[in-house]
Amino acid sequence: MKQDNLIIALSKGRIYKETRPFLEAAGIIPVDDPETSRKLILDTNRDDVKLLILRATDVPTYVQYGAADLGVTGKDVLCEHGGEGLYELLDLGIARCRLMVAGRVGEPLPEARRVRVATKFVRSARDHFARKGQQVEVIKLYGSMELAPLVGLADCIVDVVDTGNTLKANGLAPLEHIADISSRIVVNKAAMKMKHERVTRLLEEMKKVVTERQQ
Amino acid sequence: MTGRKMNRWLLPEGIEEALPDDAAWLEAYRRRLVDLYRSWGYEFVMPPFIEYLESLLAGASEDLDLQTFKLTDQLTGRLMGVRADMTPQIARIDAHRINRDGPVRLCYLGTVLTTRPAGFGGTRSPLQVGVELYGHEGIDSDREVLSLLLETMAVCGVEGVNVDLGHTGIFREVSQAAGLDDTQASELFDMLQRKSVPEIDAFAAQLDVADAVAVGIRQLPLLNGGVETLAHAREVLAFAPRAMASIDALDALAREVGLRYPDVAIHFDLAELSGYHYETGVVFSAYTSGEGQEIARGGRYHGIGKDFGRERPAIGFSADLKMLRKVSSATFSDTSRRILAPCNVSDTVLNQMISTLRSQGDCVVYVLDSQGEPQELSGCSHQLIKRDDQWVVEEIR
Repeated sequence: MKQDNLIIALSKGRIYKETRPFLEAAGIIPVDDPETSRKLILDTNRDDVKLLILRATDVPTYVQYGAADLGVTGKDVLCEHGGEGLYELLDLGIARCRLMVAGRVGEPLPEARRVRVATKFVRSARDHFARKGQQVEVIKLYGSMELAPLVGLADCIVDVVDTGNTLKANGLAPLEHIADISSRIVVNKAAMKMKHERVTRLLEEMKKVVTERQQ
Repeated sequence: MTGRKMNRWLLPEGIEEALPDDAAWLEAYRRRLVDLYRSWGYEFVMPPFIEYLESLLAGASEDLDLQTFKLTDQLTGRLMGVRADMTPQIARIDAHRINRDGPVRLCYLGTVLTTRPAGFGGTRSPLQVGVELYGHEGIDSDREVLSLLLETMAVCGVEGVNVDLGHTGIFREVSQAAGLDDTQASELFDMLQRKSVPEIDAFAAQLDVADAVAVGIRQLPLLNGGVETLAHAREVLAFAPRAMASIDALDALAREVGLRYPDVAIHFDLAELSGYHYETGVVFSAYTSGEGQEIARGGRYHGIGKDFGRERPAIGFSADLKMLRKVSSATFSDTSRRILAPCNVSDTVLNQMISTLRSQGDCVVYVLDSQGEPQELSGCSHQLIKRDDQWVVEEIR
């Protein structure tokens, strides 16, 4: 890909769908649809703008290393990544959910031994319990966290909660609120300097939509 | 066990070796850089690779501590560290060993070792090269060191350089004028590093300050861009009059450097604070396209010498020569002739001729046995051959 292209990293699904109006407001219209196309680099109506379709957790990494100039990523993913080498310039206020501790209904967490926490958000979980002065054992899982407490793998989970229906269906309930999550624009440090004008213009257009929606 | 044996050749993560092509480039440009610095009056010094931890970490941040490999000195039981940054070592040399009055200019080049890989490419053993200028505070030394950074880029064939200028005085004066305590200032510092606009908005909203101050704090992460940034900053940071001197300093520096290096794009970022903990003035970094992180950085720092009993102004920059190699468009090829020569101890005429050729800069390779070495192996373009009882250099066809 040409180096003077503006490359935007996104993940499929909810983030892509909810980001589209922001891109359109900035005059960027994807030519392909990631849901039907197998392409990982999507062309847009603008020759100098390309979209990369990635796994959500990989977005900060691509942006950090400059493989993409900017990206759209959830605050949950960003906290896990650490945010090094990135600028978090704009909260789009989309894909909202909460990062929570959840456990089995009516069953208190054990006090005699270390609490076992199953999560894919290892860093956020450890930081959260450390802030409370509690040492926990974190078990890294890649999905279906709700299962862990049911089969005795863990005492509780740390996960993102949207409606809470999955928790309820599995006999779990939210215990503690860790953070409100929404998707942010992250920008590579060097791109912010080298492609300053294009990046700031794009951010300004997107910010207009954010402000409109808040009103 | 077999798996372990098979992987014996593996190097630790982030530790590289330079094979002939790379090594030749690095060595050629190492010489050119040291010559460049010498021509600007910088003396070359070679600090030790390892020394007592206390001196290595004098005046340094907690980050540098975590980046430093440590071991126990078997002779004294004291902790030693392998240098992860040569800057404190150069400061020690200036403060304690050289101890001259007036400006001291030093340059250095050597391997450093860090516990964690830094940036893309993930090296843990950069080849750090840099200069330091001690004993002068003001635009003259700011300009000199920044110019030398740009000369370094030019010598190494790094094109399309973009310089990012900042000043730690701006953040300091703004947090003082806003009456932030240490905890709040370090919280804001952390958010500014990430330019986290949403978090800074929330932070400013819960501060008990005048509206103008809150607006100024919210604008801080956005104060970056071309020269218009400075005018905008003067407006929104008007509540911190002492920050204006820092803005003026940046303005003057950018103008002077811009005149001398019109091809270099100058960018301002008033929230750029990397190295804030020991930097106390102008900070700058260089970027080039295709590289997501800075390729060189520097700035003014005054505190380090204090720990060695002599505090004085200092400014410098450093870069990783291996990184410059990666982004350089300059190639290096050995232009000397490579001549294959027979090995004959008793032929004094031949041996005299070989010595002469070598001293003229040619490369002469002996054929190692009487059978003759295949020419491809030694990569020679010429050979020494006897014609009419005379040794002559002939091209190999």
